[in-house]
Amino acid sequence: MKVFMIFFAAILVNNFVLQKFLGICPFLGVTKKIDTAAGMTMAVIFVMMLASIITWLLNGLLVALGIGFLTTIVFILVIAVLVQFVEIFLKKSSPALYQALGIYLPLITTNCAILGLALINVQSNYSLLETVFNSLGAGVGYGMSMILFAGIREQMDLAEIPEPFKGFSGALVTAGLMSMAFMGFNGMIKL
Amino acid sequence: MSDKTLNSEPRKKTFDFSVFTDGVLANNPVFIQVIGMCPTLATTTSAINGLGMGVATLFVLVMSNIMLSLVRKWIPDKIRIPIFIIIIAGFVTIVDLLMHAFTYELWKTLGIFIPLIVVNCIIMARAEQFASKNKVADSILDGIGNGIGFIGALVLVGSIRELLGNGTVFGLTVWGEAFRVFLVILPPGAFITLGLLLALFNWIGIERKKAEKKRADALKAAQAGEKA
Repeated sequence: MKVFMIFFAAILVNNFVLQKFLGICPFLGVTKKIDTAAGMTMAVIFVMMLASIITWLLNGLLVALGIGFLTTIVFILVIAVLVQFVEIFLKKSSPALYQALGIYLPLITTNCAILGLALINVQSNYSLLETVFNSLGAGVGYGMSMILFAGIREQMDLAEIPEPFKGFSGALVTAGLMSMAFMGFNGMIKL
Repeated sequence: MSDKTLNSEPRKKTFDFSVFTDGVLANNPVFIQVIGMCPTLATTTSAINGLGMGVATLFVLVMSNIMLSLVRKWIPDKIRIPIFIIIIAGFVTIVDLLMHAFTYELWKTLGIFIPLIVVNCIIMARAEQFASKNKVADSILDGIGNGIGFIGALVLVGSIRELLGNGTVFGLTVWGEAFRVFLVILPPGAFITLGLLLALFNWIGIERKKAEKKRADALKAAQAGEKA
């Protein structure tokens, strides 16, 4: 039962973008259209799952060897390699999506959501199963906020916004309102 | 996110001070380039937290700029990103351990965002756009400039949030409990505060452009008048 609690808590209560401020760059950068947001989400979820499983296993090894302080370096290397892998894979399998994601694909490496998730999993002492569910929840929550936000921004393009609020500033205020809505889930799930 | 071509060309002068001021104001990482948003939003619940995060980032930025600029000639172009990341991650680990040892309270509040300096876009952007193409002295200046620009932004956002949410700045009471908007301290407050600040800077930019245009028009009209 606990794993499902972790799963839903990761989606709603501890939403990565809106409550924990992880992965803001792509959240602001690739949410101009729903399609690209969805594509980015898929890539991020895939890398998140793989990265958190591998880093969980590696962390066991690092702790066993007594070099736990190297986690940051090791984790980021694993993520960099995985992203390279996804990039090569996407280039062959769906060039259209590869084009659409553009610069943001290699930037998944520097997406703090992924390294952040790996570190959170390790710091919360989750078991492997809990890690998998937490990562899946985090990925789904991330994707949900990305796609919702992209939908809102598509509508915003049609609206008449005061000049200073065009671009990132208006997007940030919108994200603030979304974050306020997500605060309603606070305290719903207690772990 | 925005890419200034100005910075991607190697500079000829050995000590160009504009490298420094460029990072602080004209090309401020947070307000103008809009990068490094995660720590800007997450660690600015108070001015002191923002300052701590900013100083930690400044250290990593300067050190990695020095290191990258020293070894830039031996880095093969194709695998430069992983090499940048390893160098940056090394310095971040140093900062993490140092803060754990000397500023334990701050280390605890900043938590996961200290190791996450590795993936701060500002550091990566400076490495890619500047340090890997320029001399050590310039890279140090560039690092300090951008670092101070980042600290300034964090302290500004942190102070505003602390003032509105808690009535204090850097822990000093301004109006205390008399007026508190609790929301500003919470996550939505971070987004909205930063959004409004960005809008303010946009507005200043727009007004400036308008004024410049007016002046140019007036000049043109005056010249036309002279001719006539």
